[in-house]
Amino acid sequence: MPTAETISTAQVERRPWLKGWDPSLPVLIGTAFFLIVLMLLPLGAIFTASFWDQAGLTFSKYIEVFSNRAFLTAIWNTVIISSWVGLISVVIGGLLAWLITRTDLPWKKSIRALVMASFVTPPFLGAFAWTLLAGPNAGLLNQLYRALTGAESALFNIFTMQGLIFVMAIYSFPYVFSMIANVCELMSSDLEDAAGILGANKLQTAWTITLPLALPALVSGFIVAFLQSLSLFGAPAILGLPAGIHTITTQIWTFFQYPPRLDLAAAFSVPLLLATMLLIAAQKKILGRKGYSTVGGKGGQRRLVRLGRARIPVFLLVLFVLSLSVFLPYWILLKAALSKAWAVPLDWANFTLDNFRFAFFQYSDTQLAIFNTFKLGIITASVGTLIATLIAYITQRNLLRGARFLTFFALAPLVIPGIVLAVGLFIAYTQPPVVLYGTIWILFVAYLTKEMPIGFSQAQSTFKSIHPELEDASRIIGANRLVSLKDVTAPLARSGLIAAWCFIFIGVIRELSASILLFTAKSKVVSVVIFDLKEEGQIGVICVLGIALLLVTFAVILAAQWVVGREVFATRE
Amino acid sequence: MRTGLALLVLAVWAASLSIASAQDAALVQAAKKEGTVMWYTSLALPSSTSIAHSFKLKYPGMDVEVHRTGSQRVLQRVMQEAAAGVKTVDVIHTSDAGHFVLLKEKGMLLKYAPQGTMPFPAGFKDKDGFYFGMRATLSVIADNPKLISDKDAPRTWKDLLNPKWKGKMVSGHPGYSGIIMTHVLALVNLYGWDYFRDLAKNSLHVVQSANDPAGVVASGERPVGVNGAEYFYYKTQKQGNPIKIIYPSEGIPLVVSPVAVAKDAPHPNAAKLFVDYIFSKDSQQLLADKEGLYTGHPQVTYPADKPKLKDLKLLSVEADELEKRNAEIKKRFIEYFGA
Repeated sequence: MPTAETISTAQVERRPWLKGWDPSLPVLIGTAFFLIVLMLLPLGAIFTASFWDQAGLTFSKYIEVFSNRAFLTAIWNTVIISSWVGLISVVIGGLLAWLITRTDLPWKKSIRALVMASFVTPPFLGAFAWTLLAGPNAGLLNQLYRALTGAESALFNIFTMQGLIFVMAIYSFPYVFSMIANVCELMSSDLEDAAGILGANKLQTAWTITLPLALPALVSGFIVAFLQSLSLFGAPAILGLPAGIHTITTQIWTFFQYPPRLDLAAAFSVPLLLATMLLIAAQKKILGRKGYSTVGGKGGQRRLVRLGRARIPVFLLVLFVLSLSVFLPYWILLKAALSKAWAVPLDWANFTLDNFRFAFFQYSDTQLAIFNTFKLGIITASVGTLIATLIAYITQRNLLRGARFLTFFALAPLVIPGIVLAVGLFIAYTQPPVVLYGTIWILFVAYLTKEMPIGFSQAQSTFKSIHPELEDASRIIGANRLVSLKDVTAPLARSGLIAAWCFIFIGVIRELSASILLFTAKSKVVSVVIFDLKEEGQIGVICVLGIALLLVTFAVILAAQWVVGREVFATRE
Repeated sequence: MRTGLALLVLAVWAASLSIASAQDAALVQAAKKEGTVMWYTSLALPSSTSIAHSFKLKYPGMDVEVHRTGSQRVLQRVMQEAAAGVKTVDVIHTSDAGHFVLLKEKGMLLKYAPQGTMPFPAGFKDKDGFYFGMRATLSVIADNPKLISDKDAPRTWKDLLNPKWKGKMVSGHPGYSGIIMTHVLALVNLYGWDYFRDLAKNSLHVVQSANDPAGVVASGERPVGVNGAEYFYYKTQKQGNPIKIIYPSEGIPLVVSPVAVAKDAPHPNAAKLFVDYIFSKDSQQLLADKEGLYTGHPQVTYPADKPKLKDLKLLSVEADELEKRNAEIKKRFIEYFGA
């Protein structure tokens, strides 16, 4: 007589995709299914809208988009800008990472904190601040330059292609920094020592040994910075449009003006999507090429390069670079927030608190937007962390057949620029059966999709470091998968998951490129309000809201660090 | 006999007054039940906030949510939401009269004549009674007197074509602002598209809102504004900023900005009460005194330092023409100015 146990084993054998029945299974399958729908729906909507209209299958949208010179110029501008941003980011990010991980540069912890501050500063806010710093005539740095040199012309005009590249680069390099820093921390000094023994000086060693070793990471960093700048909307809209420069993202945005051309927006989005897919694939290939580097984790020693007499000058140079992305912009935001007229010195006659009063007590949008932003930030971060945790758990413990495809879906949004995602969501959710447009839930879906890769990779790397033994123990005692995850694994993974939560929250409260297409009067968020104010030139109020956004961001990071008891955004140690 | 007539007139007047106030009371009550007005407006943020504030003072318990953006964005918002079946907007106000031709044609406006609009001039009233001009804005030239001496200053639209202004001028954008849209059409009617083709050769700094040039000129970022809302220049000047307004003798675009209640307004009574308030003498006088605007209200008086409209040569454009040529204007402007 078969016992209950043999029956269930037999059943499992007959259905091999069911690796052991567990009440958790529906939850896991449901989560996986939700993730797949979440990713496929917007992409499907874009492809459909770009190929179909009432007449049926058509290529006319593509022909219309790609025969228009203005649209082609926008694409060309984007390629040029993103290439330069990628290059500059690699130079700044790579050098900084090397200095921090491999040399005896002073004040490393503070420099890391400043790099992180550049990382979390919304690029649209940085771009706005730089209009006040380096507008060719009234910009404070140009005023200073003219006062010092007596020159007539400006030192730097931010409303140019170069200005745009500069601003995007100083907010994109942290991505490269963290990648290179991770690699540098794992490289041993053996080869560098060998070069030293053979008589190479420090510079030659860095050039012939360290650089080639880090090359795959540098190329891959270039791709990441390139993609990051490709998808930015706020900075090009603020700096490019006044000078008549369109990029792909600003062009997609104008397709939504009345009368809307969603079909063109979709057709314009598809090549962007394909380009990002190709680049990500290239990056994977480069990083996957192992034999080149000695990056392996253990073994070998790391010794710090002594900078000697260059130590202080190099430190000052680093500080200068970081002042471009942090100190100067923050200072001008604060100054303009407290001034009646931002372009003249801040003295008592020019001092005012009116901007704060107006922003918080008179302007009806502010409270609504702050409320929406927080609500969305908290809900998205919580739901996102939960789903990312479940998905990472499934893929890490290989609980469902085809789990590795889930990895693909969880990481898919990496190739979807925010504005393209928004085009897809707009088309998908403005018509029945599911009308989310008009509520904050369409923003929730957008943010959840957009932030999934970062939440997922954070959760995944956390689970990787936790051995399944303890979990197995709890399951032997009789707990099911979900209970063991909740009571055993998740508590162990606590700090990693809190970091995931923070990443998502900060990503959400600074999001502009998707929000700008998806908001309605009742679902405004802070970034959209800031952009609205920028279009009208309400400088003081923008500064107040920008400062509030930054303060919240730093408060969340500090709170998380306090809870976790260490740096949340640290690179690998 | 004479006293009899006078008494009759008095009685009719009193009766009409009591009917009006009875209507008022019913409307106020119904409006208060709805509680909120959603106002999509292109009126400058400080000005629209101030109108909303004074409305709330007059009708305690009522709230006005001000959603301020450029005229073309207001239309985009209204259309996008309507297409998705989202019913949010109660009262629509833009500076592109063409929008209201379009909205009326699509049946998206409620026919409602706000109280007190009878004596307004014809240019402020839709002939079918769907929308009424809340304010009149001039689009003017302005310069920064700290940077530009009086004898150098431009005086006419044609002066702006002089190459000496290259890199020194700022313009709003017709793809955002209804005032600039009207401005462009008025000058195209006056001088043809060649004017803008030549103007673009002076490499302008192109901002979006018709209010933004005021700040750009005041800060000195660009010392000359080639267009922009006169009331906002005026307000910026009153706050102590270096701004001089120039009223070109060739004619000044006059922009009458309509207001209307949306057909699908979720708060129809609150919306009616709010537009009634907008056209009341109090509120129209407030627009003139505090915001530096012109209005259609015949009894409103204006600050002594503002020119009288009848002393200026005004350029007006037909709402129908604005509606028909909207796409063309945006396209041409982008062609010349790049974005």
